[in-house]
Amino acid sequence: MRWESWSDFWFMGGYGLYVWGSMGMTAVLLLVEMAQAHLAHRRALALVRAEQSFENP
Amino acid sequence: MTMRWFYYAAPQTFYGLAGRLWPWLAALALALTVAGLWVGFALAPADAQQGEGYRIIFMHVPASWMSMVIYLAMAFWSVLGLTFNTRLSGMMTRALAPTGAIFAFLSLWTGALWGKPMWGTWWVWDARLTSELILFFLYLGYIALTSAIDDVRRADRAGALIAIVGAINVPIIYFSVKWWNTLHQGASVSLTRSPSMAQLMLWGMLLMALAMWVYTLAIVCYRVRTLIIERECHTDWVQALPEVAGAKA
Repeated sequence: MRWESWSDFWFMGGYGLYVWGSMGMTAVLLLVEMAQAHLAHRRALALVRAEQSFENP
Repeated sequence: MTMRWFYYAAPQTFYGLAGRLWPWLAALALALTVAGLWVGFALAPADAQQGEGYRIIFMHVPASWMSMVIYLAMAFWSVLGLTFNTRLSGMMTRALAPTGAIFAFLSLWTGALWGKPMWGTWWVWDARLTSELILFFLYLGYIALTSAIDDVRRADRAGALIAIVGAINVPIIYFSVKWWNTLHQGASVSLTRSPSMAQLMLWGMLLMALAMWVYTLAIVCYRVRTLIIERECHTDWVQALPEVAGAKA
């Protein structure tokens, strides 16, 4: 391990804003993408069910 | 062999295949991310010139690579779609586009955050940065165009043209640092010579790149299933799916 403490780690040698800004945006966008994909899948399944109950009520 | 490929190109079979694959791919992507972040942030030393600031590389380079690879994959599926008129091709292209757009944006975002401390500016209109920005707009254009056309097969064909014509931009991005004098540095990793970076930095970067590859495969497998259900919602096999029938009872 190369870091002396957590604050040393977060400080990132003075580049904290840039490094964590990069990491944070990457994490947020990928998490949003996964959540969005999951919701879209559930919507699609609900669409099929609606279709079914419309055709044979 | 040829028969086998077309067998999996049928949406129904691919739905099952992608459904079995994505959980494994997602787990593998998570494991690779943990390993890559550990190597990149706990083991790799500080850079001689850039100190700790260089660690943006662990997001920037993999995201930039994926933004180019995904566009080429979209062009590949588009060629298949226009040539063989397979239904799956358009769905694969569409499933890839949002992830490609995200990676292109992340390439620009992390690049800006890297450029500010190292070059003193968030942005310059140099060949590498400008061509990557064009790639981002190509993704947005593809998504806007395909969602603006109601007939899905027509939308797929129109989108395929953007994907194929726009692919010319990918080698321009890749070679821009050679062809023009750019502020952006040349490639740190190439196939023809040994990499110009420390071993642990390189391993961290390669692990993160692999993680983003596998993540892309996982999310595309997941998303293409949604598209298959939407487009085939009137078919018997979709209506009989356990995940459809299960919740109804």
